[in-house]
Amino acid sequence: MKVAHARRIAAVLLSSQYAYMLEYRAEIVLWALSGVLPFIMLGLWSAVDAGDGLGMSSLQLARYFLAAFVVRQFTIVWVMYTFEEDNLNGRLSPYLLQPLPLVWRYVAAHLSEQATRLPFVAMLVGLFFLLYPAAFWWPSVSAVLLAVLATLAAFALRFLMQFTLTMVCFWSERASALERLLYLPYLYLSGLVAPLALYPEAVRNFAFWTPFPYMIDVPARILAGEPVAVGPSFAAMAAWAAVLLPINLLLWRRGLRHYSAMGA
Amino acid sequence: MGRYFTTLRVFWIASLTAELEYKANFLIELVATAGNLVGSLFVLSLFYGRGQSLGGWSWEAALVVLGVYTLLEGITSTLLQPNLSTIVAHVRTGSLDFVLLKPIDSQFWLSARTFSPWGLPGIVLGAALIGFAAWKAGAIPAPLTLLAAALMLIASLMILYSLWFVLAASSIWFVKIWNATEVLRSVLVAGRFPVSAFPTGLRAFFTFVVPVAFLTTVPAEAILGQASGPWLLAGGAVAMASVAVSRWFWQFALRFYTSASS
Repeated sequence: MKVAHARRIAAVLLSSQYAYMLEYRAEIVLWALSGVLPFIMLGLWSAVDAGDGLGMSSLQLARYFLAAFVVRQFTIVWVMYTFEEDNLNGRLSPYLLQPLPLVWRYVAAHLSEQATRLPFVAMLVGLFFLLYPAAFWWPSVSAVLLAVLATLAAFALRFLMQFTLTMVCFWSERASALERLLYLPYLYLSGLVAPLALYPEAVRNFAFWTPFPYMIDVPARILAGEPVAVGPSFAAMAAWAAVLLPINLLLWRRGLRHYSAMGA
Repeated sequence: MGRYFTTLRVFWIASLTAELEYKANFLIELVATAGNLVGSLFVLSLFYGRGQSLGGWSWEAALVVLGVYTLLEGITSTLLQPNLSTIVAHVRTGSLDFVLLKPIDSQFWLSARTFSPWGLPGIVLGAALIGFAAWKAGAIPAPLTLLAAALMLIASLMILYSLWFVLAASSIWFVKIWNATEVLRSVLVAGRFPVSAFPTGLRAFFTFVVPVAFLTTVPAEAILGQASGPWLLAGGAVAMASVAVSRWFWQFALRFYTSASS
């Protein structure tokens, strides 16, 4: 009974959000295009004389950066900006009255947006192979399944992380400025600018103590067919989620108590 | 002309007062800008640490390029982003009507109405990095070099402004175009590196399609005193042409503006 009810709510949420996102598909295409950073970095790395000491062939690099692009496309999180806007415009109050934890509305919106992105990302991947046919590869079925799982886990972790920071919106009108700070370590430690294998050893070891490499580098390497310690990686993601979730719930409860609706 | 300067002063004092309500933002921006700079230095060191160079540029010369990029980023968040991001909202709500009715040039109003001090850390850090790296690279501040550098920096600003303005002005047709400037921003990231570091195809793209080369590489060459005549001329020509295009484009776009109605 309860499961069936939850399933119905999920179906309604997802289908309505998907319809909404389809309306904005042109905008989503532009967002997808703004993820070109891995390709710019691939250009730089491939122009470097890759013969010696790099430890990765130019084909491996191309596959890694393509995989990083795909993983990034399906782990983009923007809940903080939407939440801030909903809060400032007074839309939060009616949402809070609904008998559904607010977070699911945003999760559904993100998942639907990713579904809207999917055909376009597939087109870009096709274009990439058209321009660079030598880099083409078929990942094994198990690698694809594992990469999908890792990407979903990465999305969940990044969502949880940003949603925890989002709680600051209850106390400040300009909390989204904080996301700029969170984005910095993400950008440089996640593996978007270079595979972590190319980092100096000390930096790499440090990075793997943070949650960021699990958000791009690990799923991308699984997809590109590089060797990855799968078990420890998933364990690390679970550990980080276990740290963040209680903080998130606590802040949510405190925030709600502090919340006094914005006038609209 | 004097009227424009007076208006500008009033505009900027007003927006400065408003922004200073959020003083904590200054700290956040300072940390974010400095952090971004450290990250960029780290990425550069990944290349240079292996004894390789980017497109034949020395480490110090590449730092000048990064400095110019940081400076441009600062100016973007000080002037371009806060002003041009509002065009979309003006079109959507129809308040562009009121802008057009003001007895002042509408492109000027839309491009200079607000001033956000949060880009200042980028401007200061960028300028400091340029000065330090140019000194380390052994550039001599001869009058001609300084003149060429100043001209190329102005040209680069003109090109950057035109790119932003044309994209933002497209919102007359496509109300939800704001993301197009995000795409632009993400492509301009390539300007952190000398353009000769890219493979041929991308280099052509960054010179002729999105003129990233003229935004950071050419000014950096001018600062280092290595600018060649043809590139200087090309930079000036591209700058003039892009401002003229932005001017023409705005007049053209306005012909299609039909205001918003409920």
